[in-house]
Amino acid sequence: MADIKDIQNEIIDEFSLFSEWMEKYEYIIDLGKSLPMIDPKAKVDNNLIKGCQSQVWLQAERTENGKVHFTADSDAIITKGIIALLIRVLDRQTPETIAHAELFFIEAIGLREHLSPTRSNGLVSMVKQMKLYGIAFQAQTGWKKHL
Amino acid sequence: MNVRTMIDIENIRKDFPILKREVNGYPLAYLDNGASAQRPAAVIDAIGHYYRMEHANVHRGVHFLSQEATRRYEEAREQLRVFINAAHDHEVLFTKGTTDSINLVANCFGRKFLAPGDEILITAMEHHSNIVPWQMICEEKGALLKVVPVADNGELEADAYAQLLNSRTRMVAMTHVSNTLGTINPVKAMIALAHERNIPVLLDGAQAVPHMAVDVQDLDVDFYTFSGHKMFGPTGVGILYGKEHWLRQMPPYQGGGNMIKTVSFEKTTYNTLPHKFEAGTPHIAGGIGLGEAARYLMQLGFDNIRAYEHELLEYATEKLTKTEGMRLIGTAPNKAAVLSFLIDGTHPYDVGMILDKLGIAVRTGHHCNQPLMDRFGIPGTIRASFAFYNTKAEIDRLAAGVERAVTMLQ
Repeated sequence: MADIKDIQNEIIDEFSLFSEWMEKYEYIIDLGKSLPMIDPKAKVDNNLIKGCQSQVWLQAERTENGKVHFTADSDAIITKGIIALLIRVLDRQTPETIAHAELFFIEAIGLREHLSPTRSNGLVSMVKQMKLYGIAFQAQTGWKKHL
Repeated sequence: MNVRTMIDIENIRKDFPILKREVNGYPLAYLDNGASAQRPAAVIDAIGHYYRMEHANVHRGVHFLSQEATRRYEEAREQLRVFINAAHDHEVLFTKGTTDSINLVANCFGRKFLAPGDEILITAMEHHSNIVPWQMICEEKGALLKVVPVADNGELEADAYAQLLNSRTRMVAMTHVSNTLGTINPVKAMIALAHERNIPVLLDGAQAVPHMAVDVQDLDVDFYTFSGHKMFGPTGVGILYGKEHWLRQMPPYQGGGNMIKTVSFEKTTYNTLPHKFEAGTPHIAGGIGLGEAARYLMQLGFDNIRAYEHELLEYATEKLTKTEGMRLIGTAPNKAAVLSFLIDGTHPYDVGMILDKLGIAVRTGHHCNQPLMDRFGIPGTIRASFAFYNTKAEIDRLAAGVERAVTMLQ
């Protein structure tokens, strides 16, 4: 798996091609539409992150090689598009990488407003939740070492 | 006669400095007045002048400035009394806003008059601020919250209301104008019906006072509440009107300075109305600014405001309903200038985001009306709420923006 810095730089490069907001949002909307569907069984309250404006479902599982696999969904398409970007960066990384990830691409591509707490679209809590999964899986690994 | 000849929109817009702003490269189209309206320079200047020249604590000092500040603050109260045509100044209490006003009544009235098994009657279109305070006091007192249902067009079900009033009902607390649906409720008739059973009525007037003349004596309402910031005044200040005989019977729930007559460690006697309910140093500048906002609205004239806003609402309804898949939420015949809608296959948040990029400010989401959203089975709406400074050109931009959003999203 590529380094999360490289993936983020790749995204920044892609977004630098857009000259105006409209193209950028069209791209995000397309990403939202093409995000693989989350397993309907995962759309349970336990995985629900309730925002005031839009809702996010997030599921995480350990892969056989110790990485973390994320799937997610939202009822709003722009939120979903940004989820697709977050997943592209953090999916199938190690718990350590996820727990310590610095997500600089959000600001660089001008989407910081979507991750401001006042937006209440569930994305801020989603990023927090992804990192918590990283920390939790990390702790699990650490615990098993001592068994 | 053309309404535009009666109120000159271009000149009115000049009174509101913020309307000159650009947002995301476009002139601001501010269509979120239901959440908070903008202030005219007269209000901003009154607040500035107060802090620059007139500030001292009120109701306390013998010195010149304190006397002057007190006079200005009490003049504002008088201005607000005139604004709602209350019988007495001391029936007009300054609060932090509608929420604070409702909490005051729920606590002070509830503590004195609620017993286990009693009922408070609200409606299914209440803002959370007219639900939660009653829920809290009901829980404390073992009382029950009853709810008047809303019909599909956004009107209250009148028959259900009549049936829900009973000998255990201690208070009817309802909104004058719905913040989401725009419905103007037939409050005068509803109050009369409650009074036949000697049940007092509290109205949430937050969405009414920016749009129409309110006469509390004509309505014969027992409590009337509203916020400064929705009627072009400051944030953090609002009004609770209460009929004198109710206010006299209710004990205060906040203690402190200003609200007392004498204090000893054994016994405190309370001050007279309105001060009994105004503990602590008030938001003096806010009160003065709110008085100025009331003056501004009265100068403009509510007949002019209503006529022009009605024209805006009709224009916007006609324009917006041309969009394919458009679903209006709230189609009562008697409506304030609020347009709540959904478009098939799009989420309100997405549409709101794209409108924002076009410099158009609307509200999206549940509008602090979660039970009402559940009633209509929707996650939220896009809401455009108009004020007298909005124009048909801004509505054209809204309609074009919505079309553009739909093209991008579907």
